[in-house]
Amino acid sequence: MTTLASTEGVVVEHDVVDTTRTVARRLGTGGVFIALGIVTIWALGTAVRAGHKTALKFDAPNTYFSVHNIDLPGRAVIIALGVIVVLLGLWQALRGFSKGTLPIATAVVGLAFMLAFLCWVSARAQGTQVDVLGLMQNSIGLAVPLILGALAGVMCERSGVINVAIEGQMLAGAWAAALFGTVLGSVLGLVSAAVAGGLMGLLLAVFAIRYLVNQVVLGVVLNVFALGLTGFFYDAFMQSNTASLNTPKVLGEIDLPVLSHLPVIGPLLFQANLVVYLAYVLIIVVDVALFRTRWGLRTRAVGEHPKAADTVGINVLAMRYRNVVIGGAIAGLGGAYFTVGSVGGFSKNITSGNGFIALAALIFGRWSPRGAVAAALLFGFAQALQVMLSITVPSIPSNFLQMLPYVATIVAVAGLVGRVRAPAADGEPYVKD
Amino acid sequence: MTDSGAVPDDVPAEASATAEVAAPADPPVVPPGSGSSPRSTVGGTILVTLLAFVTALAIGAILIAVSDQSTRDAASYFFSYPWDTFSRAGSAIGNAYKALFEGAIYNPHTAANHTAAGYLGPISETLVNATPLIAGGLSVGLAFRAGLFNIGGQGQIIMGAIFAGYVGFHWHMSAPFHVVLAILAGMLGGGLWGGLAGLLKARTGAHEVITTIMLNYIAFFTLAYLLSVRGFQAPPYGQAISNPVDGNVHLWPLLGSSMRVHAGLLLALGASAFVWWLLKYSTLGFKLRAVGANPFAARTAGMGVENSYVTVMFIAGALCGLAGVSQILGTNTQITGDIDAGIGFDAITVALLGRANAVGIVFAGLLFGALHAGGSTMQAYTPIDLVQVLQSLIVLFIAAPALIRALYRIKATTGSSGAALAKGWNG
Repeated sequence: MTTLASTEGVVVEHDVVDTTRTVARRLGTGGVFIALGIVTIWALGTAVRAGHKTALKFDAPNTYFSVHNIDLPGRAVIIALGVIVVLLGLWQALRGFSKGTLPIATAVVGLAFMLAFLCWVSARAQGTQVDVLGLMQNSIGLAVPLILGALAGVMCERSGVINVAIEGQMLAGAWAAALFGTVLGSVLGLVSAAVAGGLMGLLLAVFAIRYLVNQVVLGVVLNVFALGLTGFFYDAFMQSNTASLNTPKVLGEIDLPVLSHLPVIGPLLFQANLVVYLAYVLIIVVDVALFRTRWGLRTRAVGEHPKAADTVGINVLAMRYRNVVIGGAIAGLGGAYFTVGSVGGFSKNITSGNGFIALAALIFGRWSPRGAVAAALLFGFAQALQVMLSITVPSIPSNFLQMLPYVATIVAVAGLVGRVRAPAADGEPYVKD
Repeated sequence: MTDSGAVPDDVPAEASATAEVAAPADPPVVPPGSGSSPRSTVGGTILVTLLAFVTALAIGAILIAVSDQSTRDAASYFFSYPWDTFSRAGSAIGNAYKALFEGAIYNPHTAANHTAAGYLGPISETLVNATPLIAGGLSVGLAFRAGLFNIGGQGQIIMGAIFAGYVGFHWHMSAPFHVVLAILAGMLGGGLWGGLAGLLKARTGAHEVITTIMLNYIAFFTLAYLLSVRGFQAPPYGQAISNPVDGNVHLWPLLGSSMRVHAGLLLALGASAFVWWLLKYSTLGFKLRAVGANPFAARTAGMGVENSYVTVMFIAGALCGLAGVSQILGTNTQITGDIDAGIGFDAITVALLGRANAVGIVFAGLLFGALHAGGSTMQAYTPIDLVQVLQSLIVLFIAAPALIRALYRIKATTGSSGAALAKGWNG
């Protein structure tokens, strides 16, 4: 495999997104941080009366020991967090964080702002408990299908096939899981969800690779196809025979021994159902496989420079077929989360655009499994926050809160990501000369 | 980048030449086995379109048979009496497609009344459904030609409907001004919403596929909010529905008040003439096509690629705004949460079927309008979602002419492969 080593050299070089950070850019980021800090201090800090406590709940039953819920003086905490954000902003503006530490600094800024915001929510209602643990649990719950969808995107696009049809693959998976989950049992329902997603992936692969159809267009058309087909079958026989065809048992919660009793982490990560654990496994498998195995090297080579890959003897088309079908199967699993993983029965358009958000997460995460997972968690958090705020702060019109995840996506994609570099051959069909 | 064979026929020679010269390094995207003729023959294109339609109907027929309860009952004793299964499947398919035809083209039962509405009612329904599809299809098609993929039709239609509706029910003035103003307001609303996506792409590089999808949701929830606000919501404030627009701004019915087809159709046809002129004869259109064909070459040639993104998305948004206008001033009189009615996404399939050219889009809009009109009468026999399946299959087959040719053993005479110029993420 010595010949492959040179390919790796090329690929790695491409992987580095070299945006020579200009002074203007540095000052801009710093300015945004400082502005956010000042907003925190002024708008949130001063809005809270000095005496009001803030209470954040991290506790859950059935853990080894109880984490006491945190009661803090509201205003002081918010102002302290605001000051941290301002200081980070000043550092960024004056000295500038290095390329490696800037994402961490950005994460700290975001976290501090969110904490200050939650303190504000709690303190303005005179110390009402804010269930932070519940919020995080919901975030993960809402993020799981997005994570699986985004991983599906990674599988396809790293090997050079654009997958806009994540939504359709998820929908097919959700449908198959509900139907076959009812007839054959929930676990086999999961398997059939993966098969259905994989079949949708196969359609994508055949038309993109064999018939060279424009892949973005193809993805949109396949979404319509999946929406129509699942809706058709739902109306044709599932709706009228709900009891026998559309009432799968919801997958039970599996508490991992020991781990599930750890405080905070236990209830957050290890009291979940099979789909969630599969998602954990898939995150690790895809990440390791993509960057540490021969398969991953070949996949990336095919996605970046198929001609070079072909020259060293990799079967480009077979590689793409395989990856797209596997990707579709992963998205199908993500779709199953909407039916057997949470509510049970299928209804029309049950994925309601989550596949597109998964696509945004993929791009936001710059086509890397870790980045995509982080982005999916962020979008999950935005959705969970929206649900929480609609209960705790009823004065904000709920429709504005519902926009939150989508506004966050636009801000993220436009403000933080900007011009992204997809795998070089993403969307380019490969035709042997 | 597609090869010159995919450039539609109405592209002037110099544009194809620019594209060819500018992009020698691009891999050719010729379907395997396609002939050497670079120009698609009109006859071949029509034949492939027709066969795609027939194939989609055939697959639809299988779905109808599978979904039909009596056919499934008969299939349970298939081996002892197979003819039953076939005859029942045949009648299920026949009934459904007959209803589709009667809803869309000509219905002998209503024609027996010997009224104008009886004869022309189905055609009127087809045209009503086709109107916003044509406007939306032009929007998506125009963006395609500039290398952009406008999935934001839904949001732009909603914004168009909000602006047009607000002018329609909140302002009061004499009739001709009012209707013109309402139409312009609707186009402005859609244009701003589309232009926002263009601006985001030009300034930050955010990909329009992502931003337009997100803007769809934001527009949807904005409308939901407005429908709960006094001044926008209709009294007695119980339902999420807007005030009705003034009678002044109603687009007048073209075939009398008994049929729904309205002057929005003329607007849509006018828009298609405008888009045809824009792309074929105007300097701006040439720029847009150059940017669509190869943005790097266009930039080298001194064209403002970023500005053109904003311009084309504004015009595309305005065209979707026109679809919204047709929805609120013509087809309905009050805005509801689903004023968009899926047109934003259907418009994409219309643009693809029409091969992103103005004349093609009119015919594609008429075809899908007919499917929608017929779908609502077909509902009595089979779920209406079949229309979506048919629509996606037709577009899928048309985008893959090699498949259709292989299925029907047609010799390759065309090199056309759908002519949609949207690019991947790096484009």
